[in-house]
Formats: sequence, structure tokens, C-alpha cells
Amino acid sequence: MNSAHASAPHTGHYYVPQPSLYPFFLSGGMFLLALGFILQMNKFAPGPWVMAAGAGVIGFVLYRWFGAVIAENQRGDYTGWEDQSFRQGMVWFIGSEVMFFAAFFAALFYCRHISVPALAGMDPAFTLYKDFTVAWPSAGPKGASFTPMGAWGIPAINTALLLSSGVTLTWAHWGLMKGRRAQLNLGLILTVLLGVVFLGFQAYEYHHAYTELGLTMGAGVYGATFFMLTGFHGFHVALGTIMLAVVAGRCLAGHFDAKRHFAFEAVAWYWHFVDVVWLLLFVVVYWL
Amino acid sequence: MNTATHTLDGHGGHAHQPGGLLRWLTTTNHKDIGTMYLSFSLLMFFVGGAMILAVRAELFQPGLQLMKPEFFNQLIGVHALVMIFAALMPAATGFANWMIPLMIGAPDMALPRLNNWGFWLLPPAAILLTLPFVLALFGIGDGAVATGWTLYAPLSVQGGIGVDFAIFAIHILGISSIMGSINIIATILNMRAPGMTLMKMPLFCWGWLVTAVLLIVTLPVLAGGVTMLLTDRHFGTHFFDAAGGGDPILFQHLFWFFGHPEVYILLLPVWGLMPHVLSTFSRKPVYGHTGQVWSFVAIGVLGLVVWGHHFMTAGLPVPALLYFMYSTMSISLPLAVLFFCWIATMWRGAMSFETPMLFAVGFIVLFGIAGLTGLVLADVAADAQYHHSYFVVAHFHYALFAGGIMGVMTGVYYWLPKWTGHMYSERLGKLHFWLTVISFNLTFMPQFFLGLAGMPRRIPDYALQFAEFNAISTVGSFVLGLSQLLFAYNIWRCIKGGEKASNGVWEGTHGLEWELSSPPPHHSWETQPVIKD
Repeated sequence: MNSAHASAPHTGHYYVPQPSLYPFFLSGGMFLLALGFILQMNKFAPGPWVMAAGAGVIGFVLYRWFGAVIAENQRGDYTGWEDQSFRQGMVWFIGSEVMFFAAFFAALFYCRHISVPALAGMDPAFTLYKDFTVAWPSAGPKGASFTPMGAWGIPAINTALLLSSGVTLTWAHWGLMKGRRAQLNLGLILTVLLGVVFLGFQAYEYHHAYTELGLTMGAGVYGATFFMLTGFHGFHVALGTIMLAVVAGRCLAGHFDAKRHFAFEAVAWYWHFVDVVWLLLFVVVYWL
Repeated sequence: MNTATHTLDGHGGHAHQPGGLLRWLTTTNHKDIGTMYLSFSLLMFFVGGAMILAVRAELFQPGLQLMKPEFFNQLIGVHALVMIFAALMPAATGFANWMIPLMIGAPDMALPRLNNWGFWLLPPAAILLTLPFVLALFGIGDGAVATGWTLYAPLSVQGGIGVDFAIFAIHILGISSIMGSINIIATILNMRAPGMTLMKMPLFCWGWLVTAVLLIVTLPVLAGGVTMLLTDRHFGTHFFDAAGGGDPILFQHLFWFFGHPEVYILLLPVWGLMPHVLSTFSRKPVYGHTGQVWSFVAIGVLGLVVWGHHFMTAGLPVPALLYFMYSTMSISLPLAVLFFCWIATMWRGAMSFETPMLFAVGFIVLFGIAGLTGLVLADVAADAQYHHSYFVVAHFHYALFAGGIMGVMTGVYYWLPKWTGHMYSERLGKLHFWLTVISFNLTFMPQFFLGLAGMPRRIPDYALQFAEFNAISTVGSFVLGLSQLLFAYNIWRCIKGGEKASNGVWEGTHGLEWELSSPPPHHSWETQPVIKD
């Protein structure tokens, strides 16, 4: 289907949406959110209110904008040609997300293999940190001491949860391809539930780290990379879960068929991407 | 919001086009969005220019005359951020919006609403960048980011509220560029006219394809780096703090992993449009289309692995220095291919020198100086002396003003009749070119010698022996800045009216974009043309 569209002349015309105010208001909402966050971090009283206003605008606009896209799709405005643009868009968007995580993984490898050994290996006559020795996990010479997070407790359970969610999502996809709607709906609901349970475990893990292990954002480079990597991952799981819930709602409403289900596939790609990031996290942050 | 939902039930026809301001807020048309990008770019070009003229005025004489050093630091950093992110990049994106659908035979960009969002993220980001200047007047905070555009830790970790504003401005600009890039890639890969294979695609589109990929690969890394900066500032992390096991040099790696490809992000669209202009005014086909395509790709790939040459004096180990030196120098090979192709395109052509051609030839000569001085800076031993001196400032202004901005001016003069349907004033255009090229050299050529003589950059005061060349440079910069008013006036006149432009505009043009009327119809290629042979 795809290659036919790419090579054959397009007889139909490409859907160019009508003028829309959503992008303008979305930008305005993001401005307020950023401004409010800056004010809040610098202890100005209106900060949280400005942030809340921005978040409200963003939430409302996204709801309406995606609603409009779904309505256009259900009305049949999109053909295979537009579908290809959406696919390209999603693939390259996920590519940018990969590079965002790559920055934090790079910081982890840099600290573990370059900066911590360099700090421990300095000339004793010169260094401020005479007693500092190479170790990983490390809080650095002066970071708060902590107990590292073990791999084989909650993180291992979470790995199993996310891997299972990949299976249930693929099972749902099979259901969609073969017209078994019950299997589709059940698979999606299970996937959403697994995502929610994962987030619950992660919240518990963070609580445990802060209250019992002394593992905080301030616990040197291990704490910094641990919380930024797992935190951004958790944020992506939360987004993915919301998107899966929307797709599940649409499936229950009878949207999608075996041939036309870009939204389902896009969210599935996103979910698998989040899954792969977790596997890397599990190996290099928790385990090794 | 009601307007938007009300009009969403149309099918992409001409109905319900709002007029006035609402047209620009809501548009999904690639030409309208391109116009907004270009207008915004021109406006910010003058904002960034005004900032640096204040800096040059301070540097006219040794000693401190006009401003405190803190304010000087704010001006140089915001000047760079404005020029790079709010003037040059939007200009190139404006070109992409206007020209790519015309060149590849598409009705519009692939993702029109996303396209509008990409533009409307820019004004909020520009406001975030400059707002701290205004807040400081009311006693809130201590002004804009004062670290230079590179935001190096630990200075940026310790800096004031301006750094936070810059971080979020960069986040929003980054989202804008990534959305723009996604749209451009989807357009190029999915919207080409039947029969237009990738290797037949015009070079401008190729330049942008490589640019867009570079943006998607590198901007998220910058976003990650400034996010770490934010958490180091406010949430107690130690990414760039040796006491916690981190390293300030880590920030330089993350920044320049983005920062070096950024140079090619700014220049590839220009390298893409240059062969079109040279071919038109030499009345000859582009020489070495395939060679130039592969040079773009090679420069894009190499550009991703040479970032360390921006901080060779920071204490990198010797093997890393050697690697970054040799890899950097190797970029001169594909770049030389481009230069030879440009010259070969002109070779024995029936050349004429309208304003775009003047800018194109000026670009080749002056950008050549940028390339050769870059080769000097890539040498580890030489760089030990030149690093952080005015030699570097001169080098990257030959790259980004003579390469980037004069390249953009080439494109503006070349395509303006296509966009507006009118010819601009050739007399004013030529005057603008000569004033620009002379005052540019007057401004920046002395800075090479200042740098060689040891004048450091980013310092508001200097030793007496640098006085004459600084005075010359300041005079040049004011002529350069004021000459740009001619540019704005010429564009304004051309929009208002003038001699009608034909479809082909220039004598030697060929390509799909010249087959449409000037200005082109609302939906550029309602029916896609079919490319034969």
C-alpha cells in the first residue's frame, strides 16, 4: 500500500486543514508554563499560578486539537497519502526522543568512566580530594552518601511488567488485524493497567530511595543520573499510558480497522521505544 | 477557539479564510507561514544587530564608557542567541516553507498545522530571551543571561534568573526546530511529484534534508544538557560539579555535540540554494549535482563527530585532541568539493551580475576565508594561541555573516520576485551589496589581526595597542548595521509594488518553482506535475 502511494501519481488531493488557532494557543500555554516555572524556581509568589494557567491551556488545547484530528480521521479526510506523512512524523519524533535519552546516558557513561576515575586519580599533592577512590555507584568526593538501588527487587518486577505490556500490546494488535475486537480491547486495557502498575511501583521505589536509602537527586552523579534517567523514563511511561488509554477508548468506541489504524501503531511504536529505553536503564543503571 | 472549531469542517478549500491578524495566527498555508518566518527573522536580525552595535560602541575606545561589564556580557550572549536561533534559523526555515513545496511539486507542507505551531513557538521564545532585560529595569532579577551563548558551567550554574530564561527559551526554540524539521523531512520524503527521485531533487531540498536530520539528532542533546544545567541550578544535582563526581567539561561536550552541527544547520540551506543562483546567472546547468548531494551528506555525518575542537584547550587527552584535529580537517574535503562545484558551475558561463549573483560571488570569496581560517583553528598547536581570541570571533563571523546571512540575502533577492510578484530595485540591491561587503570586511578583517595580537574575546576593555583596529571595526560595524536598513526598505518597496515579475523571473531559471505564477496560487501544486526522463 505504502509503496504504491509513493510511486503512483496522486489523483486525489492532499488534505490541507483549515486555519486553526490551536497552534497559537498551545504556544501561549507553553510560554506561561515556562514563565511560571522560572518564577517558581526563583521564589516569586505568582509562579505556581502562572504554571497552572499554562498547564490548563496546554491540556485544553491538546484535548481539542487531538479531538479535531480524530474527527477528521473518522470523517475520512485522510487517505493513505496523509497517513504516510503521519508515519514519517512519528518515526522522526521518536528519533528525537532517542537522542534526548542518549544525552543522559552519555552523561552517565562520562561520569562513570571519565570524571569519577579522573577525580580519584589526581596528583595527591594537588587534589582537594585525597581520600577519594574509584567506585561505582559513586556520590563523588563530597556528595551525600547513599545505598544504591538493587536491581533484583522492584526494578526486576518492573522489567517483567513492561516486557509483558509489550506482549499484551502486540496481542491486541493481532486482534485488530484479525477483526477480533474483544481481544483488541482486552489487550489494550491490560497494557494500560500494566503501565499504571509500573508507575505505582516506581513511585514506591522513589519513596523508598528518598526515605530509607538516602538516594536523592543530590547523591552525587549516581543520584543525578539515576533520577534524571528513570524520572524522564517514568514521565514517558505516563505519557504513553495516557495515549494508550485514549486509543483504548477509541477502540471501545469502534474506531480503527485492520487497514486504517495509524494512531494505534504510532502509540505502539512509542510504547516499544519506552520499553527499550527501560531495558537499557535496567542493565546500565540498576544492574551493572 | 470557536473560529478554529467552526472552520475545521471544511475540506481544505479557500472557504473560511479569515482576514487581518487572524489570518496570520491561524494559517496552515506554507507560503503564509514562510512569510511569517522571514518577517520574524528580519525583525530579530535588527534586534540582535542593535545589541551588538551597543557592544561595538563600547569597544570603540579602551576603557569603560557606556555600560557595566555585566551588561556587556548580557548583550554579547543574547546577541548570539538571537542571531543564531531567532534570525538565521527562522530565515532558513522560511525559505524551506516557501520553496520546498514549489520545488518538489507539492500542494503544501505535509503537516500544515504543525507547521504553524513551529512558527508560533518562536515569539514566546524570543520574549523569554529578552524579558530579563525588561524585568531588570523594574528591579526583578539581574538581567539577561550573562554567560555568552555557550552557557558554560560552572558560570551558568551560578548565574542569575537570566540563565533560567535562556534555558527555557532554548527548550522552546528546540521544540520549534524539531517540529519544523519533522515537517520538512515528511514533506520531502512523501510529497515529491511523481518521477522526482531523490537524486533528481533540487539541491536546496537536499541541503534542508540533511539540515533537518542534523537538527533532530543534535537539538535533543542540547535540551538534555540545559536540563542538567537547570537541575544543577535548582534541584541539587551534580552533573557539572566535581564535588559530586561530575565535571564542567561534560557540559561542553553536550553543548558542542549540538553546537558544531549547528554551524552546518545554519549553512547547509545556504549551500543548497547557492547552486540554483549560480546556475541561473551563469545560464548553465548546476555542475556536479550528485557530488554536491554526497558532500552535504558527508559534511553532515562528519559534523556530528568533531565537536571537541571547540574546547581543545580545556584539557582533553592528547589522543582525543589528535582525533578531533584530523576529523575536523577532513571536513575540508567535502567542503572543497562544494567550492569547486560552485566555481565550475560559473566556469565559461554567460554570467550576469544581478544582486543575487553579486551576493553569491561575495559569499564564495568571503566564506572561503572562513573555511581557511577554520582550518588554522583546527590545528591543535595553533589553536592553543588563537582559542578564545578575536581571531575566533572574526572566523565565525566570516562563516555565519558572510556564509550564513549573506547567503540568506542571496536567497531573498533571488526569490523575492517569486514571492511578491514584483521586481525589487536593482539599484538599491547593488548599493546594499557593496555597502554590506565593504563594511563587513572593515568590521571583521581587523579582528583577525586583533586576535593574532592577543586580544581576548568577550572583554569590554582592552590594552591600548588594540585601540586603532577596534575603532576601525566599530566604524565598519555601524556602516554595516545601517546598510541593512536599505535591505529592509528594498523588501518593503517590493512587497508594495513595482515592475511585474514573470513566472521564470530570471532569464536562466529552470525547475518546477519557476513554472508557477509569481506569486504562486494559494495551494501551490493542486495537481502534482509528473517529472519525465
